[in-house]
Amino acid sequence: MKALNEMKITFPSLSCNEGLARSAVAAFVTQLDPAVDELIDIRTAVSEAVTNCIVHAYPGGTGLITVTAKIYQNGRVQIKVKDRGIGIEDIKQAMEPLFTTGGEERSGLGFSVMESFADKLRVKSAKGKGTIVTLEKYISMQHRQGKQF
Amino acid sequence: MEVKIENRPEGLYVRLCGEIDHHSARQIREQVDSAVEMLRPAKLCLDFKEVSFMDSSGIGLIMGRYRLIQLYQGSLEIINISERIKKVVSLSGIDRLDIKIHSLTAR
Repeated sequence: MKALNEMKITFPSLSCNEGLARSAVAAFVTQLDPAVDELIDIRTAVSEAVTNCIVHAYPGGTGLITVTAKIYQNGRVQIKVKDRGIGIEDIKQAMEPLFTTGGEERSGLGFSVMESFADKLRVKSAKGKGTIVTLEKYISMQHRQGKQF
Repeated sequence: MEVKIENRPEGLYVRLCGEIDHHSARQIREQVDSAVEMLRPAKLCLDFKEVSFMDSSGIGLIMGRYRLIQLYQGSLEIINISERIKKVVSLSGIDRLDIKIHSLTAR
């Protein structure tokens, strides 16, 4: 299915770009006139996905992170957060609530938050090649009356 | 992100303003921890009233301060948790720890 609109941003894995990434996606989704809560869900899920890349993908260095967002029919929004880092060895374990390799200050809740704040979550990873996290969110109809999409 | 720290008679009061993510959590952590280590308060209170955004980095921040204040036999209180932030907090299970949590009451 062809996207009705799409965007793509690429930035280095610096923590100061976490705010940029979630704000850029939120600004893009605003054209669907989402409810405030829907927008917060998207901002939060994107923030988690991008933070994962920044904390884990490129240990001891920086690399690029690409975020794409696409709008499809019926208010479906698909967001992909992609890195070319070390990959996740055990996705199942990484997705367990409270599991973290990020040290004491990380809660290990990133994937749990993504799962609960997005309607769909898919994680694809290859060791040494990188990770793609795909998030999907449906923006409810009542907020899009008379809207283009 | 702005962190306002007040040393009050009942303990250390910290007002957090702005967005809490992995980037800003580091700065908050450094400021709060140096005040806690210097003053060793009986109580640490984190006020979330002016927090406009928080992801799971905020949970790590709360859990880390909980561990620190426990080292000094102090207690942790988090106040003015909005409905939006509560959604993240409720996923974390920190309500099962010995932390006093007060929600923002609707006006």
